[in-house]
Amino acid sequence: MSDSLEYEFDIAGVKKNFMFVNRKAPHGSVYALEILEMILISAAFEQHAVIAFIDDGVFQIKKGQNAKSIGMKNFLPTYGVVEMEKEDADEDEDIDMVWRIVVDEDSMKARGLDEDDFSIDVEVMNSDQLKTLMNQQDVVISA
Amino acid sequence: MKFGILINEGPFTHQASDSAYHFAKAALEKGHEVPRVFFYFDGVNNANKLSEPQSDDRNLVKLWGDLAKEKKIDLVVCVAAALRRGIKEEILAEGFRISGLGQLIELGMGTDRTVTFGD
Repeated sequence: MSDSLEYEFDIAGVKKNFMFVNRKAPHGSVYALEILEMILISAAFEQHAVIAFIDDGVFQIKKGQNAKSIGMKNFLPTYGVVEMEKEDADEDEDIDMVWRIVVDEDSMKARGLDEDDFSIDVEVMNSDQLKTLMNQQDVVISA
Repeated sequence: MKFGILINEGPFTHQASDSAYHFAKAALEKGHEVPRVFFYFDGVNNANKLSEPQSDDRNLVKLWGDLAKEKKIDLVVCVAAALRRGIKEEILAEGFRISGLGQLIELGMGTDRTVTFGD
């Protein structure tokens, strides 16, 4: 409204590496759900993306959640959509986009989880690998 | 350098918006550009014109609006996050506009650095 200014970015042909770092548990706050909305939008721009789960964020993709019992929206199925976006990007040569879904090994182990506990396919990384990957990114968004 | 700023928390309960404001001012004073600030999560509450702090306190909503006007900064509030929290056109402060998350991805693509201020 009023006299706000609309800035036009010159983004034609720009391809960057985005990383979305999920640090919070799926419920109890809206961070997990709203960062998922960000991830889905970034697909429309065909940007490379790493979707990382660290700390309590590893619980976001844990199998067998019953969000209904605490009156919350169950957004776990939407991570199935993220996985499909990734698979489409991997298989379709016309889509110049690489997505990776990674889980921090220490965070996972500290919470008594292993790779089979997740509802989607993930790459488990140790903190050195994650650090290296993070350093390679252009844009890191964390919540 | 061109900085894009993302603010993830509302005023008062968190320092994010204050820090972002001081960062933006300092960057602009050093000759850098801050073309856009994007407000997400509870950060959308920074755009509520009904916010009325006591007179001896800073008014972040107004500070952002004034800085945006003076330095021509595009203050964008995410529509989905805003609707969840009751931030709509009718209570939107001067200098802000409501738009989609695509504006954040564009910010990431079009600036040299994206700096997040959050919890």
